[in-house]
Amino acid sequence: MSPAGSARPPRVALFVTCLVDLFRPTVGFAAVKLIEEAGCEVVVPTAQTCCGQPAFNSGDRKDAAMLAKKVIETFEGYDYLVAPSGSCAGHIATHYVELFDDADPWKARAERLAAKSHELVSFLVDVLGVTTTGARFAGTVTYHDSCSGLRELGVRDQPRKLLSAVDGLTLTEMKDPDVCCGFGGAFAVKYPDLSGAIVDKKTTNVVDSAAATLLAGDMGCLMNMAGRLSRKGAKIEVRHVAEVLAGMADGPAIGAGKKGA
Amino acid sequence: MQVTSPAFKENAAKALADVTLQKALKNVETGFIAKRAAAAAALPEFEALRDAARDLKNHVLAHLDLYLEAYEKKVVAAGGHVHWAESAEDARRIVTDICKRLGARTVTKGKSMITEEIALNDHLEREGLIPVETDLGEYIIQLRGEHPSHIVAPAVHLTKEQVAGDFRRVHTHLDAARDLTEPVTLLSEARAVLREKFLVADVGITGANFLIAETGTSIIVTNEGNGDLTQTLPKAHIVMASLEKIVPTLEDVDTLLRVLARSATGQEMSVYTTFSTGPRREGDPDGPGEYHVVLLDNGRSAMLGTEFEEMLRCIRCGACMNHCPVFQAVGGHAYGWVYPGPMGAVLTPTLIGVDKAGHLPNASTFCGRCESVCPMRIPLPKMMRAWRNREWERALNPATLRSGLGLWAFVAARPGLYRLAARVSSMALRLLGRGRGRIASLPFFAAGWTKMRDMPAPEGATFMDQWKARAGR
Ligand code: SF4
Repeated sequence: MSPAGSARPPRVALFVTCLVDLFRPTVGFAAVKLIEEAGCEVVVPTAQTCCGQPAFNSGDRKDAAMLAKKVIETFEGYDYLVAPSGSCAGHIATHYVELFDDADPWKARAERLAAKSHELVSFLVDVLGVTTTGARFAGTVTYHDSCSGLRELGVRDQPRKLLSAVDGLTLTEMKDPDVCCGFGGAFAVKYPDLSGAIVDKKTTNVVDSAAATLLAGDMGCLMNMAGRLSRKGAKIEVRHVAEVLAGMADGPAIGAGKKGA
Repeated sequence: MQVTSPAFKENAAKALADVTLQKALKNVETGFIAKRAAAAAALPEFEALRDAARDLKNHVLAHLDLYLEAYEKKVVAAGGHVHWAESAEDARRIVTDICKRLGARTVTKGKSMITEEIALNDHLEREGLIPVETDLGEYIIQLRGEHPSHIVAPAVHLTKEQVAGDFRRVHTHLDAARDLTEPVTLLSEARAVLREKFLVADVGITGANFLIAETGTSIIVTNEGNGDLTQTLPKAHIVMASLEKIVPTLEDVDTLLRVLARSATGQEMSVYTTFSTGPRREGDPDGPGEYHVVLLDNGRSAMLGTEFEEMLRCIRCGACMNHCPVFQAVGGHAYGWVYPGPMGAVLTPTLIGVDKAGHLPNASTFCGRCESVCPMRIPLPKMMRAWRNREWERALNPATLRSGLGLWAFVAARPGLYRLAARVSSMALRLLGRGRGRIASLPFFAAGWTKMRDMPAPEGATFMDQWKARAGR
């Protein structure tokens, strides 16, 4: 697994993501645990901030490229970049190269980083060959496929594979797990009615699945769905899939508060 | 037709509140998606065909002038006429000139989005002609004075009860007590009414799904056969087509037909695939006396060589809109012009200007489902983003967004400052969450978020702060 066949474990730099950093630190710790237990050394570069996707999707290519360069500089020295998000990992792995002209030396650097950037769960399964994380979780869960992870990175079977190996867990598929939750970054704020209608349909499918817990691999989608579920008064716990896989799902769920309020 | 794209937000809000429309829109999901998936799964080479279709159209676009010239020669050789229309106005004039020369009164029309694009019906009426739509869906919306809400299923925004009501209102010569509960009765009633129109029509206008350069043939696919009567019975057949409909050979059409019907309706083939080459020849049992092709540019050639060129591969199957969560939520009229859904979000700004249609490429979550089903592998989200880039360059976005994003980028470029901002935000949001773990109402731009859902509060201190505190583990 280590480049050049060296004996040292691969050095994985964790790209925490803005939303995990601010809203759900547990996911960061779960990611560290999962990657370490799979035999890697984890580093959390302190110079990291955001991957620049908000600028990129708003048409602000200049700032998007500026932030991409910072990420490239910060992360290119490691064996891998891993993010607990298909959206951020997808941005780095598929869109950074679009930000630079062919003649720009940054393009090659972006390509090299793209090749070693991964979403957490697919990294565990596809790169490290993990088949079980040894976690326990009592209950029925349903899994939402976040769009970028699914369509940009092909994340679909990997989380289901690891979840099915979790002791005590039953996976019940909802209707249309692969349909967008209506988050879309700034879209949720710019077009609240539309976003609301889409997440309403999504969370109806979640409720109809009769699962007690909703999982996904992206904080944006999770916060969107959790926020809509609590607004509707639905009693469904919402968590990042890494929390369950790492056996760290005993704290309050997303948006649930300390007393489980 | 009136452009309401600038009012997309208001249109969308209205659509979301329209109970009947919401009921009708359920048909988009139930009617198209599973059928397309089944048709695609049943054909092992479907993915390879999509590649072939994409490559074929790319080749055509690289040699468009060559194929168009070859096509024109063949049409003329078969006794037809080719008219080049640079603008919508040119196209309208060409059509009315032909109609007037023939002393036409009634003009039957097969389904054609191009004629919507150039607002032909309104124009014909102004010129004293009577346009009659012969596709069932188009006929229904013509009765209602509406425009198509979908490029394949123009009346998909209506329930069958609404259609029955329209038929009763307009077909007053029929028994008022007749039973119109079944869709098939609606179809046969429309058929009977339309049959008379076909017989009195002087000119028939159809669109074209493809034009074959090798033979000078135009092709339309329909499920009702209305296209056949539209083009064979009248004195003249006018084909309205945009430049990019050209395809080199008959074999190439085969590739496109195989992905078209499967992507559109989940059929292996549409019920009717009609080939027309020139007017009626001696010895032909039927056919039009004159055969005209109007080749419309209307801004398309200007897309060549730009980041929007790939949009010209579109074969108008509608799969992108069928699978779009935004289209499913609001339907096609909210988009405010002829082309709705993801393909409209890319095409409409090129045709009417991004200053008017700017909402369209922005009202997308970039979920990518459109691209994943587009038979021509058109990178729709990427092109919507290209529009956003242009808006940014021209400073067409709201000033609050620009300055907000600028400030955010400034902070994100400075890790120390960013850490501090995250720490402060975390504390503030936790305070607002008051131990409940969520916030029901936020001010400013975040009000859009809390309008529809709660905002989960941060769990605790930021990850970076906690990580630092645990340093030396
Ligand atoms: S963009 Fe693609 S999916 Fe949409 S109508 Fe055109 S060909 Fe069909």
